[in-house]
Amino acid sequence: MNYLMRRLATFPLVLLGVSILVFVAIRMVPGDSITAMLGTEAGLLTPAQRDSLAAYFGIDQPWFIQYWRWIGGILHGNLGISVTYGRPVLDVIIERFPLTLELAVLSMIIALAVGMPAGIFAATHNEKLSDLGVRIVAMIGQSTPSFVLGLLIIYTLSAGFGVLPAMGEFAPLWQDPLRNLSQMILPAITLGFAFAASVTRISRSSMLDVLSDDYVRTARSKGASARSVIWRHALPNALIPVVTLSGIEFGYLLGGAVIVEQIYALPGLGRMVLDAIQQRDYALVQGSVLFIAFNFMIVNLLVDLAYVALDPRIRLGES
Amino acid sequence: MIGHLTRTLLSGITLAAMLGIATVSTQAATLHMAWSQDATGLDPHKQTAFSSLRLLELIYEPLVRVDASLQIIPAIATSWEFSKDGKALTFKLDPKAKFQDGTAVTSADVKASFERILDEKTGAAARANFLSIAGIDTPDAATVVFHLSQPDAPILTAMSDVNAAIVPASEIKAGSIGTKAVGSGPFKLDKWDPNAKEVLSANKDWAGGATGVDGIEISVLPDEAAILAAMRTKQIDFALLNDPLVATLVPKEASLQLNRVPVLSYHVLQLNPSRKPMTELKVRQAISCAIDRQEVLDTASLGEGKVTGPLTIPALATEPSQLFCYKRDVDKAKKLMAEAGYADGFSATVIGATGEPPTAAAEAQVIQSQLAEIGVKLDIKMMELNVYVDAWLKGDFDMAIALNGGRADPYTMYNRYWTKAGNLQKVANYIDDTLDSQMQQGRAETDPAKRKVIFAEFEKHLAEMSPWIWLYTSYSYTAQQKNIAGFVPTPTGTLFSLSKVTIQQ
Repeated sequence: MNYLMRRLATFPLVLLGVSILVFVAIRMVPGDSITAMLGTEAGLLTPAQRDSLAAYFGIDQPWFIQYWRWIGGILHGNLGISVTYGRPVLDVIIERFPLTLELAVLSMIIALAVGMPAGIFAATHNEKLSDLGVRIVAMIGQSTPSFVLGLLIIYTLSAGFGVLPAMGEFAPLWQDPLRNLSQMILPAITLGFAFAASVTRISRSSMLDVLSDDYVRTARSKGASARSVIWRHALPNALIPVVTLSGIEFGYLLGGAVIVEQIYALPGLGRMVLDAIQQRDYALVQGSVLFIAFNFMIVNLLVDLAYVALDPRIRLGES
Repeated sequence: MIGHLTRTLLSGITLAAMLGIATVSTQAATLHMAWSQDATGLDPHKQTAFSSLRLLELIYEPLVRVDASLQIIPAIATSWEFSKDGKALTFKLDPKAKFQDGTAVTSADVKASFERILDEKTGAAARANFLSIAGIDTPDAATVVFHLSQPDAPILTAMSDVNAAIVPASEIKAGSIGTKAVGSGPFKLDKWDPNAKEVLSANKDWAGGATGVDGIEISVLPDEAAILAAMRTKQIDFALLNDPLVATLVPKEASLQLNRVPVLSYHVLQLNPSRKPMTELKVRQAISCAIDRQEVLDTASLGEGKVTGPLTIPALATEPSQLFCYKRDVDKAKKLMAEAGYADGFSATVIGATGEPPTAAAEAQVIQSQLAEIGVKLDIKMMELNVYVDAWLKGDFDMAIALNGGRADPYTMYNRYWTKAGNLQKVANYIDDTLDSQMQQGRAETDPAKRKVIFAEFEKHLAEMSPWIWLYTSYSYTAQQKNIAGFVPTPTGTLFSLSKVTIQQ
């Protein structure tokens, strides 16, 4: 419990660091909200016009005042107003986040459902032809960029079969679950494919490590069945690296899968942040990065807690 | 063979069932449209992005429009007339014109709209085109008189832009322009989810008559290959495409039609004549002679376009072969370099924006290899669009690959660069008395034949001075299902004719 409290206490500090980083980084990039809106036509503005637009976008004050106002707003639960959407940043994020979360969960389910059995199978058939087959597929999965796989799927379905899930009109899960799943399954497969490949490789190597440990040999010599050795004795320990990998990967996915969201036109967090950066919607970029960082910290904490559940010997927070 | 076909068909049906969809049938009354870049805002006086203009011209109307041959035609105004001295421009408004809130469009709305554009607090980039307006009179509700400080023939073309749209005076007063879209155009905006979707419904009160469809739903599909895929499965009826690589695939689909038309915008290699050695006329001319414009077009854009001089307006453009060094001449280029004292060449950096246009990087690479033949070593620096715009506006480059917008009038198109008072002189970094005086003459002249002569001289002189190397104009692409009828592509890229498009059953 102490450990949990201590970890939670570090959250505000980390978030403060992230807030400064994102605030400075987005302002260090050349161009501003005015050039983002007007492009080269911004050159036609008089200084008075430019000042007026700067005031409209809230970039007329020195940066430390802008930062102070932003942080002050956050303490009151206000992440600012997005100039693109004309709405509070938090509202926009909350609207986009469920899709990103759903995509992350679905692709993780696919990755674990495919990757773990494949990894265990390969480990138990070490150096056999079937092991080689799994390794080759995993290597292909890891080295195929998601945009290639995504476009390939879209092209094959539309050109080969004349079908494609409805694009551009996204149905949230709670409104129309069937339609939602039809729209999410291909992006989830696209994302899950590479993820499954990583899970396969790490489960295989970690299982191989564990299978050569003394306690597994002892279990075998005591006459435990092969099935029992793998599932009861070896698997729980072999899972720890898989949990670490999945946790990190899941944390990344909660930040939005930009490329997959772009290809399948899904209105998720990743695409929103990318558009916000391109449009120099400062409040939206800052708010969403902070939100993503917070999610990442929560997932990390959950991964650490999962270690304890998997291996009672691990004591968190003790030297 | 039959077995194979059956299997393919069955697997297709199974897949369709798995995905929870069958091939989506087109609804008769709503046009499903897609584009890869969404509008960035709803204020017609402030927005300059291509997609924003295309959306807003379906909702708002200017006083006049230009048609496919770039002739001025009525919009809110039914007629217009310049006074004899060219210093007054009178418009008669359409008595049937109504805003989407049901109120009539009056001269007071026109006056309030132009006062808003001219007010520096608005931040309207188009203000620069209307600085000759000295006063606006409204003798009655249907008449507006613009008093000009000097004869200004191009102002009429500038007024055809949606950046000069007429908005309700009441909305200006309420400060709601940009948050609420109330225009007098063919469609009403029912919903806008930025970077995702727009829903438009027909404006039954539109003075232009009934629209061909009941509404338009625009989906933002960021990847153009995905747009094409969605068109194959008939989810999308009509789409705007930017990438020639995707556009050229459209005719291969039996059910799809590609509309393409040469546009006014132009691909150009901007030299910076304030930086050595581009300060030297002979160096700039050598670069012009060393570049094979047709090869740039063929390689970077699959030949999808047309080599152009500075003027892209068909009625005014000079045949490129008559302009300075439009036929590649490497020997002449080397000679010019030697005469300028750069026989061994020099090194320079060329900047370009990633993906804007999609051909930018390829253009830079072809030019890099062509200029290497005269000893010019080009370093290519591709940047995110906004970073590029920032550098471009500061004139912080040796050379820049650019896709610059065109206008239906050469003065409005070029006064920003090639006049002494041009707002973008710091980007062009070159001006001479001849160019400035030709532009001023062209501005004051109202006789089309005389204007043509003036601008032909202007174009010839500009190509010879070579501050920039004009390359080519590309096409604007729209793709549509073959059952869509009535769309008229134009050189300005406008989608206004969607107002009369119908969906055949």
